[in-house]
Amino acid sequence: MIELKQLSKSFHTGEGVVHALKDVSFTVDDSAIFGIVGMSGAGKSTLVRCINLLERPTSGQVIIDGQDITALPPKELLARRRSISMIFQQFNLLMQRTCLSNICFPMEIAGVNQAEAKKRALELLDTVGLPDKAQAYPAQLSGGQKQRIAIARALASNPKVLLCDEATSALDPNTTRSILRLIQDINRRLGITVIVITHEMAVVEEICSHVAILEHGQLMETGTVEEVFSNPKTEAGRRLVYPEGVQIDQFPVHRVVRVAFNGGSSYEPLVASLAIDCGVKVNILGADTRNIDGRAFGSMLLGLPEEPQDAAKAVSYLKAQKDVTVEEVQDYHG
Amino acid sequence: MGEFFGVTASNFSEQVAILLNWSDGALFAIWETVYTTAIATFFAYLLGLPLGVLLVAGEEGGVLPLPRPLMQMINTVVNLLRSVPFLILMVVVVPLSRFLVGTSVGTVASIPPLIIAAFPFVARLVEASIREVDKGVIEAAQAMGASPLQIITKVMIPESRPSLISGFTTALITILSYGAMSGAIGGGGLGKLALNYGHARRWRFILWVSVILLVILVQIIQSVGTHFAVKLDKRITNQKRARRNARRKVES
Repeated sequence: MIELKQLSKSFHTGEGVVHALKDVSFTVDDSAIFGIVGMSGAGKSTLVRCINLLERPTSGQVIIDGQDITALPPKELLARRRSISMIFQQFNLLMQRTCLSNICFPMEIAGVNQAEAKKRALELLDTVGLPDKAQAYPAQLSGGQKQRIAIARALASNPKVLLCDEATSALDPNTTRSILRLIQDINRRLGITVIVITHEMAVVEEICSHVAILEHGQLMETGTVEEVFSNPKTEAGRRLVYPEGVQIDQFPVHRVVRVAFNGGSSYEPLVASLAIDCGVKVNILGADTRNIDGRAFGSMLLGLPEEPQDAAKAVSYLKAQKDVTVEEVQDYHG
Repeated sequence: MGEFFGVTASNFSEQVAILLNWSDGALFAIWETVYTTAIATFFAYLLGLPLGVLLVAGEEGGVLPLPRPLMQMINTVVNLLRSVPFLILMVVVVPLSRFLVGTSVGTVASIPPLIIAAFPFVARLVEASIREVDKGVIEAAQAMGASPLQIITKVMIPESRPSLISGFTTALITILSYGAMSGAIGGGGLGKLALNYGHARRWRFILWVSVILLVILVQIIQSVGTHFAVKLDKRITNQKRARRNARRKVES
């Protein structure tokens, strides 16, 4: 388990002090895939570097499996880092070494004997699906292949935690998906805790179980992906979950309700069945729903008819649906 | 060039005889130039390589941060030595040469000033090469728990290998030309041949032969250096084209 307690980090620059992180606290459970999302400049990279202390937090604690690693002496910290691997947006492979030798690198540092390291590296090449690239140099590989080698290298030290710093941001959508599959597979098979830093909600949606939203160095909200996606509680959360905003001001509307989908079957047409079953026509003012594994998440803004009876009928119908929550929107400006 | 490279000089056969002299002629001069250059370069790297690495690793935010005053001192010493013209430096270090090698004249005596002039230059060349190493790769090694020494020996130096080889080539050529200059204070080699006969006695043929031999030496060093810099660079996937481009860059 990783616990971050009141983590703050400030940098002194020419123009004064920049607060990159302000009082960030959260907990990541073992074997979770935890996403940290935010716009660029939100402090994500600084936050992830505080977990392996590549950046020293100005104040606060990083507690991994009950041990505060900010208090470790330098030598022990180096050893401790071997159980926290990291992959990067730019892959950061050693360009003058073969793939095999890149994967052996962390073991070389840890003093594992060569024959053993080589054997393990070959197994890992298999794990990431590139058994024929042992003698290739990174320059000869595509971006996706480079990231696979980087993942193999990250696994070489038998880590408990894998930090992914925008690991798919330099890749095309198809490659991104295959890399995310690989990370998910590693998480499931080896039980490694994964922390994913990204600015793309799609990445979180694809693999994460939990998510934390970061803005201006502050933690805005955190929870399971289902909770945060279906019903973001903060402005920052809504901005990330619905990047296009919910634009609805052109229709004259009397009562507005927000319908949140909490993971019911995405194949049931709610609005159409409302019209057919109760004969009430509603106006879809805005919607942002996502289909995760055939289940619907997200929310929809519905404008109810002027007739109060019809409106009440519609609300009670919606409330009766499974996996749907309905709330009246009071501050709606039509 | 009135007398066509000295070939038409009245003492042409005498000049040829001197050049062909086994123990003191052109061949011996080449040997002296080569070994002076080799020994001076070896020691210049012995001092300059660690210093160059330290100039990068020791700075604030580097992998092995050193106290700021120490870094400032190193930088100042390097700049000072780099700013003294070689001809003057040779004269200044005469006492040191006498102390180190027991004599202040001759070929061996010309090696200490060469080293002193060359090692700060080498340090700057090495510094430039090491700086080219991707910061992300160093960060990755730090994240793996590599110690500063491991990062230097396993990441910084091997990753900048092609650039270090190019720098080594440049250093060799510079030291070779410094070595030729040391003919002025009694150092041996092609420089001495050119100065003693070509300049002092105006024996043009010997002058031209010495110059041409120096040019050939430089060409050989540069071609071999470029060849290895390209060949050993694993970032390059099209070796043929890279070598062609490198040749063009050197020629222009």
